[in-house]
Amino acid sequence: MALNPAYLKYERRRYGMDHDRYEWSMLSRRAPIAWPNGARVALWVNLAVQFFPLNQSGKPFRPPGGMSTPYPDLRHYTLRDYGNRVGLFRCLAAMDEAGIVPTFSVNAAVAGRYPQLLERLNRRGNEMLASSWHMDTLHHGELAIEDERELIDRSLGALRAASDQPVTGWLSPARSQSGNTPDLLAEAGLRYMGDWINDDMPYPFATRHGELVALPLSLELDDQFIIQSNLHSEWEYAEQVKDACDYLLAEAEATGHGRLLALSVHPWLMGQPHRIGALESALKHISEQAGIWSASAADIVAAWSDQRA
Amino acid sequence: MTPVRDDPALYDYRAWDERLPIRWPGGARVAFWVAPNIEFYELDPPANPQRKAWPRPAPDIQGYGTRDYGNRVGHARMMEVLDRHGVRGSVSLSAALCEHHPEIIDMCRERNWEFFSHGIYNTRYAYGMDEAQERAMIEDSVRAIAKHAGQRCSGYLAPALTHTERTLDLFSEAGGLYTCDLFHDDQPTPVRVRSGGAFVSVPYSLELNDTIVYVVNRIEPRRYGAMIKQAFDRLYEEGERGGTVMCVPLHAYQVAHPHRMRAFEDALAYITGHPNVWVATGREIAEYFVEHYYDQAVAKWGRGGSEDSGNGA
Repeated sequence: MALNPAYLKYERRRYGMDHDRYEWSMLSRRAPIAWPNGARVALWVNLAVQFFPLNQSGKPFRPPGGMSTPYPDLRHYTLRDYGNRVGLFRCLAAMDEAGIVPTFSVNAAVAGRYPQLLERLNRRGNEMLASSWHMDTLHHGELAIEDERELIDRSLGALRAASDQPVTGWLSPARSQSGNTPDLLAEAGLRYMGDWINDDMPYPFATRHGELVALPLSLELDDQFIIQSNLHSEWEYAEQVKDACDYLLAEAEATGHGRLLALSVHPWLMGQPHRIGALESALKHISEQAGIWSASAADIVAAWSDQRA
Repeated sequence: MTPVRDDPALYDYRAWDERLPIRWPGGARVAFWVAPNIEFYELDPPANPQRKAWPRPAPDIQGYGTRDYGNRVGHARMMEVLDRHGVRGSVSLSAALCEHHPEIIDMCRERNWEFFSHGIYNTRYAYGMDEAQERAMIEDSVRAIAKHAGQRCSGYLAPALTHTERTLDLFSEAGGLYTCDLFHDDQPTPVRVRSGGAFVSVPYSLELNDTIVYVVNRIEPRRYGAMIKQAFDRLYEEGERGGTVMCVPLHAYQVAHPHRMRAFEDALAYITGHPNVWVATGREIAEYFVEHYYDQAVAKWGRGGSEDSGNGA
């Protein structure tokens, strides 16, 4: 028995990446990026406004945080719905207290289901970025391109109508993508996406319809990843966020290059009464540091784009 | 292939308190080495019949992006910390990275680091390879290290820890001296290979591997730092009777995140702040053991892994 000889052929063994989506580039060797007002670290706090449907298909995989018991999974449905009813408002109070600007990633289905919630978000005026239809509309390699185009257009259309914002950013449910997703996002007029998690700064991303900006929304520092997947405590979460903030500030100071601190926060998780204090503590620490630029994701992308040679 | 052995027949049993009184250079009690895995994972590799490369359907950008972070961001950070504490890395190298990212190879060469083979890609597994295929894969990696890194390759860690019954025989025949694939001991061990040449296991400490810590055991960053210190304290204490080996295997895509660097650096500073520590590379440890202790060990206990021991065909 042997493997197919093709298994020992390496057709993409070459300089750079094994795909054509972005150039190989080491963060430590790039031209410096300066954030407004001499800030060293740009802070993007992304609050997830999500809908997990009770009749989840789970295809091609169960979205993290999705339904997990036999139908009807009232337990997980309502735990997630808690975020939109209660948790989000606790998180917003914490953000406001710390003077930190939120960006909302919004499943478009929420706009139709909870117009009152969209009205509250509209009144605040913070940026909303599109996050597909709901948490069970994953973008993946088995999705036909026409179906994915329809899904993206429908989601963007609904969110643009409900928000009265241009909506220039994208975050897929579970950061999932097909091979076509970036092309379709650019085709739909989007400017940046948060799904690729391979950097601590924005970088240019090639598509068939022009360039997108990849704005990595860290997974390793995501509240759901740390608390729900890794089972670390909420205070350990806060400690890790503070350590990341301090490290990036020091690195930016030492190198003279701006850095990005991207925090993915799920109100159904951090907005629980026993966890919100830890989020407050982390946000307070960040807000007390000199050199932090709290901004919307689109403003960070714009500041970065303006400085590209 | 039907499994035929109930024991890999690579080494013999030896109790911890009946060892040669190893003394490392300078009278050190612990030989300490750090093994950064510098890897390339493919976005859409061909399928291996026994192991999926990625959990999600292609393209699994989450798995891929997680690894790519190490190359884009992590290695440079990790190197700076290792430099600061006087540690030269022993690189477990995906050989194809020499072509993909030669800048990283240059950064290691500037630091006089060691390179050893970790296969071609960490998404190409040895499972199912016949002898000629596995030999070709190993020789390819050894040639790449000679050509791009300017070194002979002395050590092996199978790509993604995928082995066959022949892996160590083939690596020994390709000129190899030591393996990082065996986790049975805290001292080097003679390993039986079919050529009969000198070949040793150098402890690689899978339990302290950052990927095992962060991905499998899901441990908090500061606890990882504490675990490294605890391991060191014990190996330092026991090393008074006979030298021990401590390895910290790293992956920049894990340890070099901004929320994990501080705890790691604290632990590294703690270890290198002790006097009787030999900060070495894998090859240096293997060569020192072979030169000073291998013959004694073989004379006393045999070459290890006698053919018929535990061979439950």
